[in-house]
Amino acid sequence: MTIVTVVKQVPEAEARVRVVDGALDLAGVTFVLDGMDEYGVEQALRLREAGTASEVVVLGYGPRETERALRTALAMGADRAVLVVGDAFDDPLTVALALVEAVREAAAEMVFVGGKHADWDSAALGPALAEALGWPHVDWTTALRVEDGRFEAEHEIDDGSETLRGSLPVVITTQQGLAEPRYPTLPNIMKANRKPLEERSVEPRPKRSSARSYAALERQRRRVVIEGDARSAADELVRRLRDEAKVL
Amino acid sequence: MILIVVEHAAGEPRRSALELVSVGRSLAQASGAPLAALVLAGAGTGGTGGALGAEAVAERMASFVPDVHVVEHEVLEPPRAETMTRALAHAATTLGASVLLLPASRLGLSCGPRVALRLGGSLLEDVTSVAFEDGAVVATRPAFLARVSVTVVAEAEPVVVSVELGAPPRASPLGGAGGVHRLEVPFEARDERLQSLSRRALAKERVALDEAEVVVCGGRGLGSAEAFERHVLRLAERLGAGVGATRAVVDVGWRSYAEQIGQTGTTVAPRLFVALGVSGAVQHVSGMNRSGVIVAVNTDADAPIFRISDYCVVGDVNEVVPALDEALAGIG
Repeated sequence: MTIVTVVKQVPEAEARVRVVDGALDLAGVTFVLDGMDEYGVEQALRLREAGTASEVVVLGYGPRETERALRTALAMGADRAVLVVGDAFDDPLTVALALVEAVREAAAEMVFVGGKHADWDSAALGPALAEALGWPHVDWTTALRVEDGRFEAEHEIDDGSETLRGSLPVVITTQQGLAEPRYPTLPNIMKANRKPLEERSVEPRPKRSSARSYAALERQRRRVVIEGDARSAADELVRRLRDEAKVL
Repeated sequence: MILIVVEHAAGEPRRSALELVSVGRSLAQASGAPLAALVLAGAGTGGTGGALGAEAVAERMASFVPDVHVVEHEVLEPPRAETMTRALAHAATTLGASVLLLPASRLGLSCGPRVALRLGGSLLEDVTSVAFEDGAVVATRPAFLARVSVTVVAEAEPVVVSVELGAPPRASPLGGAGGVHRLEVPFEARDERLQSLSRRALAKERVALDEAEVVVCGGRGLGSAEAFERHVLRLAERLGAGVGATRAVVDVGWRSYAEQIGQTGTTVAPRLFVALGVSGAVQHVSGMNRSGVIVAVNTDADAPIFRISDYCVVGDVNEVVPALDEALAGIG
């Protein structure tokens, strides 16, 4: 069985994302493999190591620079990479449609997608890709067992958790806890540079939605520092919450 | 038509339904389109989750909107993305919905993209506000771990919009009672490819995190699982608050994932957010920085959490929380 694991390249969590005149300013920002995607890469590698899967293909979408994230996944242990070249900030529906052909060509029976990507803060790519493929999906997956073309998955739902069973093919979206990602070792990083990375383009599609403008999302906060011993600090805090902020 | 998807539990619409009504009303007013609600429910069980539940929910919603459409079918219980997608896509097409409003719950986020693709429409996901501008549906939503907000324009109809929980105000009922209509959906075998083996609910006595008006959240700075229980649970009980935890706390096993706030957990925007021993990592902040008033208690005066807090108490949680509990008891 071939597993495809979809990855996106996103700004580092600690990077400063600025807005200048309503436009995004990402100058100087370092881009990395999305942390939620790493869980999918790791889970795929474990399935290969257990003999359940024979090949792990990492599939990226974005500009050519996305090669960096793909190489990280290859250094973790993926066998080969495919990059569908497109705009980094295309909406998830457009991205899903653009990825369908590559998933079909790889003859994958299982696809991992990060549960929520740190660029659009979006959880849509996994469900959208499943819909575009005509497959079912399991979202927010925290544990997975695969055997003889069937799987059982634990996933989070609104009021708790659920165990689902089904047959392949399936799209699995990741949640923290699924599989703690390994660090690429130096020899594997060297090896990753020699692994095959295929670049492909797709016909541009009409956009489903587009970003018009950006704004900094920083609320003005009072930032009142309350010092002193615990009792007087507590009294002052309660007084301010009641009289100033009016939330008590 | 502006069509609202009603989530419900135990025969009552969830808070999200009333929030969607206020969003739906303003969209309906701006566009002149009619407003209706859609209730999906399992059939024939007769219990609170079944036929009786659907009836009660529909009647309640009929006091908020002119028309309520009910789809009852056994495959809708327990709710799953594929069966819901079939029902939502069918209802949106049959009723001629130009805008479909969903709550940005886990289920709503799971169905939204599928419905939008199936209908050839667009998706505006997890939005904090949405409006008509020159005939186009335009929404604002956070992006880049909630470091910026982006204004997004829908380019295809119908427009599926999932709305952040707690973002809009709750609507009030209208005077009269709207009509309740039955809708049949032709489900297919492929909608049931996944089988639910078991579902485990969270502890019921606790306030649901994403619906809480006040949230008390604990971080690694608390030092131990015992200290978390002693301080966070105590203060949460005093304030009638939901309990949250940082990823670090969940990773070391003090609390369950269900309580995690941040990128990989729940996003909350309560009136009051109290952070105890929370450092303020970006991934956590992205899940709570839209809270009304933020209070932080931390021994480290340089903790990043203080940069986004309204009230910064530099001190030991072990001393501050008991004093705070006492002070709050004093004001009743």
